[in-house]
Amino acid sequence: MSAILIAEQVLNGLQSGVMLFLMAAGLTLIFGVMGLINLAHGSLYMVGAFAAAAVAAATGSFLLALAAALAAAALAGAVVETVVIRRLYDKDHLDQVLATFALILIFSEGTRWIFGSFPLFLDIPPWLSGPVELPGGILYPAYRLALIGVGLAVALGLWLLISRTRLGVRIRAGENDREMIAALGVDISRLYTVVFALGAGLAGLAGALVGAIQSVQVGMGEPVLILAFVVIVIGGIGSIRGALVGALLVGLTDTLGGIFLPELFKLFTDPSSATTIGAALASMSIYVLMAAILVWKPTGLYGARA
Amino acid sequence: MTDPVLSVEGLCKSFGALRATDGVTLDLRPGEIHAIIGPNGAGKSTLIQQICGGLSPDAGRIRFLGADVTALPVRARARMGLARTFQISSLAMEDTVLQNALLGALGAAGRPWGFLRPALRDAGPRTLAEQALERVGLGDVAAVRTAELSHGQRRQLEVAVALTLSPRAFVMDEPMAGLGSAGSQQLTALLAELKADAPVLLVEHDMDAVFALADRISVLVYGQVVMTGTVEEVRADPRVREAYLGDAP
Amino acid sequence: MSRERAFNLAALALLVAVPAWAQLTGETFTITLATRAVIFALAATGLNIALGLGGLVSLGHAVFFGIGGYAMGILAFHAQSYTPLTDWPVTIPGTKLMPVIWLVAILVSALAALLIGLLALRTTGVYFIMITLAFGQMFYYFAISWPAYGGEDGMAIYVRNGFPGLNTLIPIQFYGLCLAWLLVVLWFNARLARSRFGLALNAARQAPQRVETVGLDPVRLKLVALVISGAVTGLAGALFADLNRFVSPTMFSWQLSGEIMVFVIIGGVGRLFGPVAGACLFVALEHLLGGITAYWHVWLGVLLLFIVLFGRGGLVGIFAGRGAVHD
Repeated sequence: MSAILIAEQVLNGLQSGVMLFLMAAGLTLIFGVMGLINLAHGSLYMVGAFAAAAVAAATGSFLLALAAALAAAALAGAVVETVVIRRLYDKDHLDQVLATFALILIFSEGTRWIFGSFPLFLDIPPWLSGPVELPGGILYPAYRLALIGVGLAVALGLWLLISRTRLGVRIRAGENDREMIAALGVDISRLYTVVFALGAGLAGLAGALVGAIQSVQVGMGEPVLILAFVVIVIGGIGSIRGALVGALLVGLTDTLGGIFLPELFKLFTDPSSATTIGAALASMSIYVLMAAILVWKPTGLYGARA
Repeated sequence: MTDPVLSVEGLCKSFGALRATDGVTLDLRPGEIHAIIGPNGAGKSTLIQQICGGLSPDAGRIRFLGADVTALPVRARARMGLARTFQISSLAMEDTVLQNALLGALGAAGRPWGFLRPALRDAGPRTLAEQALERVGLGDVAAVRTAELSHGQRRQLEVAVALTLSPRAFVMDEPMAGLGSAGSQQLTALLAELKADAPVLLVEHDMDAVFALADRISVLVYGQVVMTGTVEEVRADPRVREAYLGDAP
Repeated sequence: MSRERAFNLAALALLVAVPAWAQLTGETFTITLATRAVIFALAATGLNIALGLGGLVSLGHAVFFGIGGYAMGILAFHAQSYTPLTDWPVTIPGTKLMPVIWLVAILVSALAALLIGLLALRTTGVYFIMITLAFGQMFYYFAISWPAYGGEDGMAIYVRNGFPGLNTLIPIQFYGLCLAWLLVVLWFNARLARSRFGLALNAARQAPQRVETVGLDPVRLKLVALVISGAVTGLAGALFADLNRFVSPTMFSWQLSGEIMVFVIIGGVGRLFGPVAGACLFVALEHLLGGITAYWHVWLGVLLLFIVLFGRGGLVGIFAGRGAVHD
């Protein structure tokens, strides 16, 4: 196996990791501030992808499509927060799980109703469609490289937002003491709507960005949502830093496991069954990672509370 | 002098820069009520948690019935006969009073692994549970849902559950908290009886109750035991008046 | 007679009367629907033991359902293809006998519940929910990527497995078997709730700290509850596979985990007949609404949302009021 192939796979792992981060960051922020477990986060990812596909089809502009994804998901998030989610903050996790499961059903079937059951396609913009040559002679798709860049930029932006702005101060206060920030005169229900819409917008952006390299279809959000849960379990609930580290770990493990485990098994057995066994085990690798971290640190790498 | 039932030596516990427990040494002797008093934030709850096993100390030793229990978990200490009551009642609110007492009896017997026979038909534990309820004066409300009990009755139920464990020592975390004067008089009378069963380590804010019940009092201030003595000694000690009652001359 | 008891008896009467009526009028499809409802009720009763008694919000119960299904699928596949499961160290043949399949389904899903529980119960609350969901996905992807038993396509079993003395190909006889299992498990659940273990588990859900201070280990209680729960749901999976004569990775899917939980909630958490009522309502809605619109899940979502936000206690709660004390 060549060094170039390995480098490519590492980049692929990074790319899927940073996209997972966009999902996990919103989830963990929402849990940290509002104490809410939101299964419908994957639906917002889907909303972003569909909005992007629809706008791209109508205007032909990829940037407009991304803006539409962000706006549609954030808007959907704000509406859902106002109508349903805010009634769940003082309920137990079981109620939150069920209500947000109900939202998944409504979002998924509603989308199927509007757009039909066939996948939509979102094209990579021409200016990002070719490969770029990286140092060491690696040819890597420009679009995927851009995804890594966008993901890291969002991570940086989120860090700046939380550590340097007034909104960030309120978010941090909200994570520590809800009554306190209400007492400080912050309109807490508006803060919650803003945080939820922010998380939703990040999910929608991820959906649109990933939608361009996969297909845009109903049900695309939930597998990513569950991966994001794995990320959060690894990183620790409520920690943005944990979400970043966890997302990169999961992205790399998933991608590299899929490549290396079959190779590893070729050392012991014939190629065809090595590929079979390797692929089956690779599909389990991130869960094994999660289990290992659970045994070592039950509240995740950066998690404080259970 | 007989050996103490429970003893704490040089116990330390810090949270960051805060020394919640700072070298505490005290003991509980057979047949006595030993009260721990101290202003809010003196580290009483942290101390109780360490004695019962909910928190592990940074340094120091805890001995119970002659054995070093410092590293044992809560349930192991409970099985040895260390019976704890909670400051905020911690009961199964949806269950009946009798079921709560029965839980204690099952725990004491170490036998929760029955899957088909109704728990209430288990004569041994049931008798134990009913006796405990009678003793604390809850015999009449055994079939009532715990959520419907008054605050004072829940306190009594906490004590009843502790009694089912056939305790060798009680550790009580502010049993009088939130009780009216009638309620605390009733509970005071009950605690005075209990020390015949096993000695009581009593953390309490209600000074009337403490002065009425305690054989010895330890005063805890900023995680340290300022003094240990009889009621009279504590009442007379100027350091206590200053630190605890706050009326320095 | 309490209202809940009346509700339970009415539900039981319907479980007998509706298929009997269908048998007399030759409505075989109704019997198949009723079988589906009874099997879902069994799966949900399994979850109700963990969730209602133990407070364990497991969003991964499809794991056990799927394991039960594949236990049936794998054993029957080897029997119908006359190949052994393994030749080493001893030859283990497949089987078409339901009692053996059930036993294997129960044991293997109990083992899976034990392993998942050992890991997931290191945590509580939201972590537990996310971890059970994640393990469900792990089994799902494993089933997809393991080609020996059909991979993504699943596998068909041509003839329903047999039970001594019965002709399981006749729908009403297979229904009778499934109903018998449901009744046995409901009886067990009722006894369990009143037993010493049930008492301790109930307390572990409400006040874990208390359970610990009387010398019991709440985590171990919950682990045992999860094992029992997983075994029951696994059994339901084996029956479900036999109903459809087909197993596929969708038996492991997160949607199915969510639906099993929905049965429990729309019926009534912690109520003996809650899962039964919920599963019957779900199958009825699926059939009635599904006939009107292909998008009936939207209405299921809306119904679920209303039950969560406004109607605690589910169907049993609506008919029989808030739960009385277990005695």
